[in-house]
Amino acid sequence: MTTPAPSPVPPSVPSPVPPTSGSPGLSAEGVSKRFGSVQALQDIDLSFPPGRVTALMGENGAGKSTLLRILTGDHRPTEGRVLLDGEALDLHSPIDARRAGIRIIPQEPEIIPHVSVAENVYAGSLPRRSGRRLDRAELRRRITADLARLGFDKVLDPDLIGSELTAAQRQLVEILRALTGAVPPRAIAFDEPTSSLSEHEVEALFTLIGRLRDEGIAVIYVSHRMKEIFRLADRIAVLRDGTLAGVVDAAETDEGELVRLMVGRDLSSLFVRQNVATDRVVLDVRDLTTDDVHGVSLSVRAGEVVALAGLIGAGRSELALALAGDAPIHSGTVALGGEVLRLRNPRAAIAAGIGLAPEERKAQALFLQRTIRDNTSLVSLRRLSRGRFVKRREEKALAQEYADRLRVRAPSIEAEVRTLSGGNQQKVVLARWLARKPDLLILDEPTRGVDIGAKAEIYQIIADLAREGTAVLVISSELPEVLGLADRVVVMQNGRTTGELTRDQATEEAVLALAMADGLATAEDVAATATAQTGETP
Amino acid sequence: MTTATPPDAGTLPGRSGGPRALLAAIGGQNLSLIGALAVVVGLFGTLNPNFVGWDNVQVIAEAATISGLLAVVQTVVIICGGLDISVGSQAGLASVTSAMVFTSSGANPYLGIGAALAIGAGIGLFNGVVIIYGRVNPTIATLAGLAAYKGVAQLVSDGRAQGYVLNDPVFVFLSRGKIAGLPTMVWLLILTAVAVHALLTYTDIGRNIYALGGNDTAARLAGINLNKYLIAAYALSGTVAALAGVLLTARTGSGQPVSGSEGLELQSITAAALGGCALKGGKGSIGGTLLAVALLGALQNGLTVQGINAFWQNVAQGALLVAAVVIQQRRNRERAVGLPA
Repeated sequence: MTTPAPSPVPPSVPSPVPPTSGSPGLSAEGVSKRFGSVQALQDIDLSFPPGRVTALMGENGAGKSTLLRILTGDHRPTEGRVLLDGEALDLHSPIDARRAGIRIIPQEPEIIPHVSVAENVYAGSLPRRSGRRLDRAELRRRITADLARLGFDKVLDPDLIGSELTAAQRQLVEILRALTGAVPPRAIAFDEPTSSLSEHEVEALFTLIGRLRDEGIAVIYVSHRMKEIFRLADRIAVLRDGTLAGVVDAAETDEGELVRLMVGRDLSSLFVRQNVATDRVVLDVRDLTTDDVHGVSLSVRAGEVVALAGLIGAGRSELALALAGDAPIHSGTVALGGEVLRLRNPRAAIAAGIGLAPEERKAQALFLQRTIRDNTSLVSLRRLSRGRFVKRREEKALAQEYADRLRVRAPSIEAEVRTLSGGNQQKVVLARWLARKPDLLILDEPTRGVDIGAKAEIYQIIADLAREGTAVLVISSELPEVLGLADRVVVMQNGRTTGELTRDQATEEAVLALAMADGLATAEDVAATATAQTGETP
Repeated sequence: MTTATPPDAGTLPGRSGGPRALLAAIGGQNLSLIGALAVVVGLFGTLNPNFVGWDNVQVIAEAATISGLLAVVQTVVIICGGLDISVGSQAGLASVTSAMVFTSSGANPYLGIGAALAIGAGIGLFNGVVIIYGRVNPTIATLAGLAAYKGVAQLVSDGRAQGYVLNDPVFVFLSRGKIAGLPTMVWLLILTAVAVHALLTYTDIGRNIYALGGNDTAARLAGINLNKYLIAAYALSGTVAALAGVLLTARTGSGQPVSGSEGLELQSITAAALGGCALKGGKGSIGGTLLAVALLGALQNGLTVQGINAFWQNVAQGALLVAAVVIQQRRNRERAVGLPA
């Protein structure tokens, strides 16, 4: 009732930029963030001037999301501060950031499923009449006015229910949330906005971003897609390992320089170089198609380490789950040791000799309330049982053996897994599968969230496995790891393989080029590599 | 402890013996239950020395047997991540069934008991199938069962107590018999508890049950057939609920559709939660549940002996449950964000 007129909050150019000492727009000053023992960001000085599009690039895990979260009040920096027009902001929550005019369009829009678009857009500040009754007439006036003002009136029906929206419409709702509200937006961050949009929708989004920029808003644009970045961005900031690797002018740079800024780290000393791959093909996948994977063929030989590279969402984890029997296979075959498998469920895959250490170890692999012993022995219990009774002594011996071998640091094997550090938890997952001795072990992001010391130990474990003749398929989003570990690199994008590189061919630039390849221009490459690689299969 | 620690135990020493290991084996939750039990026994024992006499202890044990049996299987279901709030109704239906089949079969106690157990197993199986293949939330599915099975029991019995069984030596043995000085009913509870404890602790089945309750995704990826285990857990729950129903028949002398079984689901869930079961699954033990059953039984008996209004007993039971869960959540350092799990 305090808002009498339909107030289509004008996007009003934040006209007189208050003249203050610091730089105008949003900036981070000496921002560091530490999660436990992991340094996610280190002393970032970066400004996002008004009326410019600043792209934020970096490999997975480089710290882009953490920086966005600090700018938008979701995380508090361990050190440093966030400034708007030179004035320090004290952001305790996303609400504070919103009040200051800082908005984010998250990668995964947060939509309330059972209410209308209009209510979704104004959730938290719905117009009310006397008392707490919803003012539906006012709500309709506002949404109609805002949709018209922003040019969305033809693409978004305000009466649609949240759960009925397409990916693009969900994103529009987030954009509407960012552009409405009592405080006009000063800075807007887009977190990989195009990952679920069609070409047509991308065009509309780019037009909108151009308008926002012209209105004097500081736009932050996070993306992996080179083409988009060169089209949109005025400046490009590159993060690497939590530090700012450089800020370049978009007009004066090229893809090569960006890739060099993003990678260029030396972890090679951690890797164990060996050549123990045999000629015996263990895993042979032909034309595998599931909901998320399309026509993938690949093979892994005994003693060989094959890395699956690609960006997040390329379908690598989905391929791993399909091989582990946890995703229905629509067509194609999976053979292990020459025998075609029927992978109806994970049980069948394990029985056939496939082990998977999945991507999210806490959510998908570990029983946090149970002991190291329990977690280690779980897939080997039948071997350790007489009748159905588990032979405690042998179980303990097994768990102890692998805990020692993998150097799990814990007070005892009776310690609950939740008390361990990330690296030690990962070692427990590995211990489980090592104790089972599978023919093929799939490791999905085996070193994510693991400190550098544990990383080196995990690399050694992988090398040992290969030497014992296990076929190893490693999924990793860290390029140095892919290059350091793999005898062969298979690159995926959008559920398909886009190329295959031998150890000699595999450079960071070559892998990134295949991982970020735009469109389907690489279809010939796929065919070429496929014919080149299948020559040696029996 | 039986640990055969290798002499050159690398980074991880095995668990060594000593009082600390004993305390660790009992667990913090159980220690506080033992403490609470000691307080209750001490308090009522001081007020009335007869409270701690052998006779009264047997009375407590007998009174706690039926809810104890249900608490034991409720523990299994809760560890699986489920909940069975239809156990009381199942016990009522089994009670009626045992008495009516007993009567109509010309006083054959084995047929009566067998029919009751078969009905219980069947209902449990049905619960499991509805939950797994109908994809119905366990609380909702068994809430429906709570109403429906009670209704069925009332329909077949016309809402009245059925038959009279205490002219049969088998039922008399169940209700009043003693083996080695302990009532038969209490032996049944002990046997069931020991068997379920062994199942949970010493077999691969038990490990898989803890695993699937603790993290169903991880359990699936470790090759555990969740459906099979959950359905089996509900079938076990139904069977033991039926056994409780048979004991109810034996104690009261006739088949009771509602009286005596109503509210047993709450008592069993209270005992399991008090005994350290995490309602989201994956955690809990028969030892803890039995301690909680003993605590609740002693409390109830003590209040009765002191002549305190039965309504207050309900209040005490509810207060105890909430207090126990609050303490448990504090101990787990549950983050105060969002809805509690």
